[in-house]
Amino acid sequence: MLSIKNIERFYKTGPLTTWVLRDINLKVSEGEFVTIMGPSGSGKSTLLNILGMLDQPDAGEYLFFDEPVHRFNEKRRSELHKHYIGFVFQAYHLIDELTVYENIETPLLYRGIKSAERKAMIADVLDRFNMVAKKDLFPAQLSGGQQQLVGVARAIIGKPKLLLADEPTGNLHSSQGETIMELFAQLHREGMTIIQVTHNEKNAQYGTRLIQLEDGFVRDDAGVARLNV
Amino acid sequence: MIRTNKLVKVYRTDEVQTTALNAVDVSIAEGEFVAVMGPSGCGKSTLLNVLGMIDSPSSGEYFFNGEEIGKLPERKRSDVRKHNLGFVFQSFNLIDELTVYENIELPMLYTKVPAAQRKKRVEELMEGMNIMHRRNHFPQQLSGGQQQRVAVARAVVNKPKLILADEPTGNLDSQNGDEVMKILADLNAEGTTILMVTHSQYCAEFGNRIIRMLDGQVVTENVIRQYL
Repeated sequence: MLSIKNIERFYKTGPLTTWVLRDINLKVSEGEFVTIMGPSGSGKSTLLNILGMLDQPDAGEYLFFDEPVHRFNEKRRSELHKHYIGFVFQAYHLIDELTVYENIETPLLYRGIKSAERKAMIADVLDRFNMVAKKDLFPAQLSGGQQQLVGVARAIIGKPKLLLADEPTGNLHSSQGETIMELFAQLHREGMTIIQVTHNEKNAQYGTRLIQLEDGFVRDDAGVARLNV
Repeated sequence: MIRTNKLVKVYRTDEVQTTALNAVDVSIAEGEFVAVMGPSGCGKSTLLNVLGMIDSPSSGEYFFNGEEIGKLPERKRSDVRKHNLGFVFQSFNLIDELTVYENIELPMLYTKVPAAQRKKRVEELMEGMNIMHRRNHFPQQLSGGQQQRVAVARAVVNKPKLILADEPTGNLDSQNGDEVMKILADLNAEGTTILMVTHSQYCAEFGNRIIRMLDGQVVTENVIRQYL
C-alpha cells in the first residue's frame, strides 16, 4: 500500500539542525494494523503526519499505491489524502459549532457527494456507532468518549483505505479507550489498514506489528503476538 | 440583540450536581463588545455556549433578536445560529485535514452559498488576514497566530451579526494575541457585536463592557466606554 525510503525531517534554527526523522524506511501492506511507539519527541507524530500527507519530509521518497507523493504539490497531496485517508486525533478536533451529524458530514462535503447519498452514509454510521439519538447534539454536550466516537465516525465516513490515529485514547478514561480500540479492531477485521501512534502498551496489542522509534530512527520493527481481544 | 431571563444550567453526573449557571440575566445590545471574566469554573464558557446555541439551558429564557430560542424547533434554531453567529475558540478548532482555504470555506457549505461567491469571499478574507500565501497549507504548518487568523476568518465568513469568542488569545503569545484582538476590535468597529470570554484584563479592555461572573452568577458589570 505504501512505502517510504530514506525519509528525513529536520528543523534549522540558525546554525543548528534539529533532527526529527532520520533515514526512515518502511513498507506497509494493505490489511496491516501497525503501531508506532517511542518516547515523546521521538518523531512518531511527525511520521504519522507525513504518512497522512499533512506534512512533508525534507528528503526521501513516499510511494502511496505506487504514486510518488513526494513529487506532488500541496493540492494533489490534499486530494489524495481526502480520498484515501482518515485521521483520528487525540483531541478529537471536532468543530464545536457543528452538530454530531454535521461534524461527521464534513469530509463528504469536500468530495462532492450528493446530498441523498450523504444522508444515507451518515445514517449508516450513526446507526453503527449507536449515536442516532445524539445526532443533533453539539460536542460540548457529549462525554470525551462520545466525542472521540464522532471523531472516528468522521474519519471513516468516506471509507478510507488507510486510517491513521494519533493517540486516539490519550484523553479518555480506560473504559472509553477500550471502546475505541475495540472499534479499531473491528474495522481492521473488516479489512481496513490502520496505523496508530500510542504510548499505551495495551493499545499496541490490538495491532499486528510494532514499530519503535527513538531519536528519529526506527529502533525496532516486529510482529505482535495479538491478545485474544 | 440578546436578553436572558434567569438562565440556569445544571450538569448531573451519577453522584454530583453542578450548577454552572444560576439564574443569569444578561442583555447585550447590537454593536457592543462585551467581555465576560471570572475564575475557572465560574460558568463563563457555559454562558457563551448557551448564548451561542451550542448548548441548551436547563431552565430560563433566551431571547435572540426578540425570539425565544428555547421555543424554536431544532431546525429553526440551527438556521438562526448558522446565519447569525460566528465562533472563535482558544484551541482554534480548525480541521487539520483541510487546507486554510477549505477551513475558511466550511461554514458557507452549510449555508449553501454558491461556489463562485464562496471563492470570492474566502479570497477576500485571506487577503485581509494576510494569509493568502498560505491558502493550500494545512493548519499545523502554520504558526499559532496564523491558525487563529484562519479561525477568525472562518468565524466571520458568513458575515455573522454576533461573534462568540472563548479565550481567543489563550494559546497565543502577546504579539499574536494583540493582532487577533485588533482584528476583533476592527470587526466591532464595522458593526459586528462581540461577546468574548477571557482571563486577560488587557484583552477585556478592548471591549466596551465587562461582565464578571462567580459561581454561576453575574456579580458585577462595568462599563468601560460608551459608544452607543
